[in-house]
Amino acid sequence: MNREPILTVKNLKISFHTKAGMLQAIRGIDFDLERGKTLAIVGESGSGKSVTVRAIMGIRSKNEDAGGSILYRCRQDDGSVKEYDIIEMKKKDVISQLCGKHIAMVFQDPMTTLDPTMTIGKQVMEGMRLHLHITKDEAWKRAVALLDEVGITSPETRMKQYPHQLSGGMRQRVVIAIALSCEPDILICDEPTTALDVTIQAKILELIARIQREREISVIYITHDLGVVAKVADSVAVMYAGHIVEQGTAREIFYEPRHPYTWGLLDSVPDISKDTERLYSIPGNPPNLLSQVKGDAFAPRNQYALAIDYEEEPPRFQISDTHYVYSWLEDPRAPKISRAAGK
Amino acid sequence: MEQNQNEILLQVTGLKQYFKVSGKNWLKAVDGVTFSIRKGETYGLVGESGSGKTTIGRSLIRIYDPTEGTVWFNRREISGKLNGAERKQLTREMQMIFQDPQASLNPHKKVIDIIGQGLDNHHLYKNKEERKEKILAIMKRVGLDAEQAYRYPHQFSGGQRQRIGIARAFIIHPQLVIADEAISALDVSVQAQVVNLMKDLQEELGTTYLFIAHDLAMVKYISDHIGVLHLGHLVETGTRDEIFDHPIHPYTKSLLSAIPVTDPDIERNRVAIPYDYVTSGIDYSKGTYHLSSGEHYVLATDEEFHRWEA
Repeated sequence: MNREPILTVKNLKISFHTKAGMLQAIRGIDFDLERGKTLAIVGESGSGKSVTVRAIMGIRSKNEDAGGSILYRCRQDDGSVKEYDIIEMKKKDVISQLCGKHIAMVFQDPMTTLDPTMTIGKQVMEGMRLHLHITKDEAWKRAVALLDEVGITSPETRMKQYPHQLSGGMRQRVVIAIALSCEPDILICDEPTTALDVTIQAKILELIARIQREREISVIYITHDLGVVAKVADSVAVMYAGHIVEQGTAREIFYEPRHPYTWGLLDSVPDISKDTERLYSIPGNPPNLLSQVKGDAFAPRNQYALAIDYEEEPPRFQISDTHYVYSWLEDPRAPKISRAAGK
Repeated sequence: MEQNQNEILLQVTGLKQYFKVSGKNWLKAVDGVTFSIRKGETYGLVGESGSGKTTIGRSLIRIYDPTEGTVWFNRREISGKLNGAERKQLTREMQMIFQDPQASLNPHKKVIDIIGQGLDNHHLYKNKEERKEKILAIMKRVGLDAEQAYRYPHQFSGGQRQRIGIARAFIIHPQLVIADEAISALDVSVQAQVVNLMKDLQEELGTTYLFIAHDLAMVKYISDHIGVLHLGHLVETGTRDEIFDHPIHPYTKSLLSAIPVTDPDIERNRVAIPYDYVTSGIDYSKGTYHLSSGEHYVLATDEEFHRWEA
């Protein structure tokens, strides 16, 4: 199978000027998103997941410095591929040319995403009217078809209703319909199901997967729910303190994780099939990114930390074609360590 | 008084909590719920949003006045009319931890005063030194530094804020703590820290928990007994193993089949059992509690019970 990255992030660095000093939110990350595939980015709050996708959406604040590149490859109507570097582009160009139209986002809380004073129909049609330059009647027809596609019953009635008249699951379907309205290539889902119950969560994930297959779009999930990751992801990037510490296919990350932080994350989730006496919890707190991080940022919380972890940042070790890790434990000189099971 | 380990601390019988929507329309948020919690144990209450789990917690602590039914707590009935002193006594013995520590902590108050609130309300200290001592002791116990006592809530991370919420609840040594989605908003690694802290405190102090959550894996990890709530009805209740190993009610089966697991091979092939109350032909209001085994009760008609048990 030929791999065709639709999005390539290269050495992305983002820092913010704050009153307290420079905050290095993203400290050099690389990843590819392949066409039609799903990438999950996992990590704690503050690890840089959200800053990364904000950068992809071209959302920038005034006090921000960005370096590196985010290359988006867009298939043109004539079959050629046009390449954009989102970091180089002006904010207003990203918004007018890419956002919504080519790259769309589904947020965690549908109630804050939707405008409570606008009918569902108006909100679904808004993007289409703006980007696709179609008539109101055409937009209405498409919106009804779209609501039907995302599993909303009697879409014509719903078009005239307001967000508060819909349940949480229905609202999230509307948000997905809005995101899909301009037929994007990339869908970014920021904790799309955290606010929903398990049964509804499963339905929403299946909906996204179905639409992804049918429309051949690529999806980036940002989540801390590893169950969701196991269900949807083709590849997984584990972020810690502004770095991707490990990346691989879902099977590689879940069955052969290499980074102690990934071990810790996997062990902090209760296993429904076992009677867990005590859950593992990663000790300590993430580092303060206002100060320079020396060595491996995870070292102080890492029970397997080596002396060198406090001195020098670990290099990248390639485990397989698709799997890499930044950890000194992979160095041939490191002592052989096996992951303690559960604790 | 004998200290029986299995003594029942809270007995809820036929609890109904209705809200007037308009005119003659009533929202039946909780509709005839019966369960009990033993001293020192954790009762996990699960269900989707809108099932009434939060309402039950609030009815117990009397944020709402129950429409019908009885609640016995600590050998006293607390569901009827309560006077001021009785209400105060109730908050002395029952405390709550909320989902969003950001929203439930007063942003204008220093942490020391937030945690000390219970002490102030119930005059549980002789002088200022004793108050401070007690606050610093509980802060230390939940893993907060003494030097953080004079900071404001926004200066803490989500996990630390939840520790403040826990300290505030525990400082007056309540008998029952109602944790309403107390860990749902936290990162997985922090969830584990907070749940472990709650378990440790329970072991040390013998506190009883009503743990309200929609994360079933976590509920399984922390609970001794579990109740499954749907549309205001408790459809099934029993010990953790009874519910997880032998679910009987179709809703429980559906719910358990939807729990995400951290295993891609299983997760990709898993098919959740669908459940739709409207088309299922089940009428919760016609069901009565049937005993399956031990402490395992199912809400069903006679016919349904025999069919599901088979």
